[in-house]
Amino acid sequence: MPIIFREPHSDYLRELENLQRRMDRAFQNVFGLERSPWRVGVYPLVNISEDQDHIYVRAELPGVNAADLEITVQDNNLILRGERKIPTEEKQVNYHRRERESGFFRRVLALPARVQADKVEATCKDGILTIQLAKPEEIKPRKIEVKVA
Amino acid sequence: MAEQELKVKAKEEAPAKAERVRPGRVFLPAVDIFETPEALVLTADIPGVLADKVTVDLKENHLVISGEVAPPMGAGETMLEQEYYTGDFQREFHLGSLIDQAKIEATMKDGVLRLVLPKVEKVKPRKIEVKTA
Repeated sequence: MPIIFREPHSDYLRELENLQRRMDRAFQNVFGLERSPWRVGVYPLVNISEDQDHIYVRAELPGVNAADLEITVQDNNLILRGERKIPTEEKQVNYHRRERESGFFRRVLALPARVQADKVEATCKDGILTIQLAKPEEIKPRKIEVKVA
Repeated sequence: MAEQELKVKAKEEAPAKAERVRPGRVFLPAVDIFETPEALVLTADIPGVLADKVTVDLKENHLVISGEVAPPMGAGETMLEQEYYTGDFQREFHLGSLIDQAKIEATMKDGVLRLVLPKVEKVKPRKIEVKTA
């Protein structure tokens, strides 16, 4: 699974995505609406979460080999490319159902915060890809102690 | 094979038949089912399910496959952007042919369940020769 780093450059698409995110959050707060998760029509769908030190990007990629994945961190964008292969069966089989699809995917998504490009780890386990991106030191939460004078 | 780009497919929720005790959603996994002369083979996409959390239940010709997902996030994480929901998987089938229960094989790899259901000897197709009188 190669992880490639590129030079940063500005991106207006990210601004758009951020705007959408903010709008979603506003609607969620005012109307208590559960966001419909199918808004982004690009495969694979991702869930982004965070804790104090990391940002996590997860995607459901059942049957995708780690070797067929290419993950790129470019400035604040994360690029996921890959291929899902479904081994072909012998010619004499007859299908009752054929719902699983194979093919290529390439997606770019804007990360919600800056990350340390050299501290990215990706694992693919049980059909779930998890990308762990380290937050830079300066945006990590810091506890400030109040001194008694 | 021509290059094909994968499209987003919404995960379909399974219709509730009985009240569940385990909280969370239940989804219908995407499956491929094909038939060879000897067996029925089923593959299902159940990402996030560990091998020991898969249940395959076959009563007569009623097959139920279900899988429990592990928690999708680590402790102390907060969701920022959610595009898909996670939940358990369950789907039921009525099989057309009789299955040899003792020889069922199930394997899990990269979130894909593969089930080989061998047919009972007598339902295997037999070539019938037509004799000329």
